Amino acid sequence: MSDNTHRLNVALHLGDNALILGHRISEWCGHGPVLEQDIAMTNIALDLIGQAKMYLDYAAELEGKGNDHDHLAYKRDVLDFKNLLIAEIPNGDFADTIARQFCFDQWHFLLLQELSNSDDPRLKEIAQKSLKEVTYHKRWSSEWVVRLGDGTEESKEKIQRAIDDIWYYTGEAFIPAEYEKGILPENLNDAWMQSVKAVLEEATLEMPTDEWMQDGGKTGVHTEHLGFILAEMQFLPRAYPDATW
Amino acid sequence: MVMTDLESKAWSTLSEVEDPEIPVISVVDLGIVRTVEEKDGKLHVAITPTYSGCPATQVIEDSVVEALRKSGLEPFDVKTVLSPCWSTHMISEFGKQKLKDYGIAPPADDSTDKMALMGEERQIICPNCGSNNTLMVSQFGSTPCKAHFKCKDCLEPFDYFKCL
Ligand SMILES: [Zn+2]
Repeated sequence: MSDNTHRLNVALHLGDNALILGHRISEWCGHGPVLEQDIAMTNIALDLIGQAKMYLDYAAELEGKGNDHDHLAYKRDVLDFKNLLIAEIPNGDFADTIARQFCFDQWHFLLLQELSNSDDPRLKEIAQKSLKEVTYHKRWSSEWVVRLGDGTEESKEKIQRAIDDIWYYTGEAFIPAEYEKGILPENLNDAWMQSVKAVLEEATLEMPTDEWMQDGGKTGVHTEHLGFILAEMQFLPRAYPDATW
Repeated sequence: MVMTDLESKAWSTLSEVEDPEIPVISVVDLGIVRTVEEKDGKLHVAITPTYSGCPATQVIEDSVVEALRKSGLEPFDVKTVLSPCWSTHMISEFGKQKLKDYGIAPPADDSTDKMALMGEERQIICPNCGSNNTLMVSQFGSTPCKAHFKCKDCLEPFDYFKCL
């Protein structure tokens, strides 16, 4: 594969992470446990979908077929999506959503920090912009892990179970796909472990010890959940192509 | 650099274009209009989004185009740039005063939000009564750019334009 194809796949991978997780969190809109947290999740969804737009615009340019971000979001099929599996896992209860977001944000933050110095000028500017937003996301999800972990007996049990359940989806981010080599930073795993450990300790939670990790999303091998997300997200533009307001 | 007549006319036109979500502050005072350049008889306007997912971005671009057209400034083009990325530093002093008059606490200096990110208390002044006895209710507010606060003295809730 050429360097251009690698770069295109990286842009799709980053865009799809943001798009699919953003879509997932947006499912909480109107269903949050309290108004402030409903708004927080909706804001995070909005940031992520905005970031997805920037990456997918870049991907469309690299692809060179005259498409735009909407085409890539709405007209691709499951096997073409390159998001991490963790982004497509269903919301579950509030603890599950927090655990997923926390594990993702901790990685996302480290990734964007490194990408802010990328020698790819487009990835660099998108990362610099996104990093500011993700700093707030990471703070929010980390605070909730502490609050639930160091909260009541019930909240502690729920967040511990949620962290345990999501754990084997957290390793995929650190297993490089062929296309990302030389473009995305490597070796973020230790920094992630340290940072996650510090928050879990503060939350009086146990760090899971399983080492077996599920992967596949980066190369288009997804869980059964992604198809359902796409069915909902893509229905309108596929049923009414090029519809406008 | 000296501004051309066309450029200064464009700036003054754009300083009349209001932000759709905070209709007391212009897109110029918010720092959304980055550059206006005349080149070979054509105006090139660059704007930048505040938050990546800010739904107002498209509306702002449309309003900018419409205002330039109404002022007879064609030919022109308007493009969106990401770099240098928008920051609350780009809001003018006049803009900050406008925000405050509108009831939105303007962004404090960077160190205040950095402190907050480190988990320390920050002091945001209530735009209604001037008290600094305020409390953050949520770091995510009614729009992506705002956090939700309340004043413990006058008891009013208010928005704080958070640093980015
Ligand atoms: Zn007050």
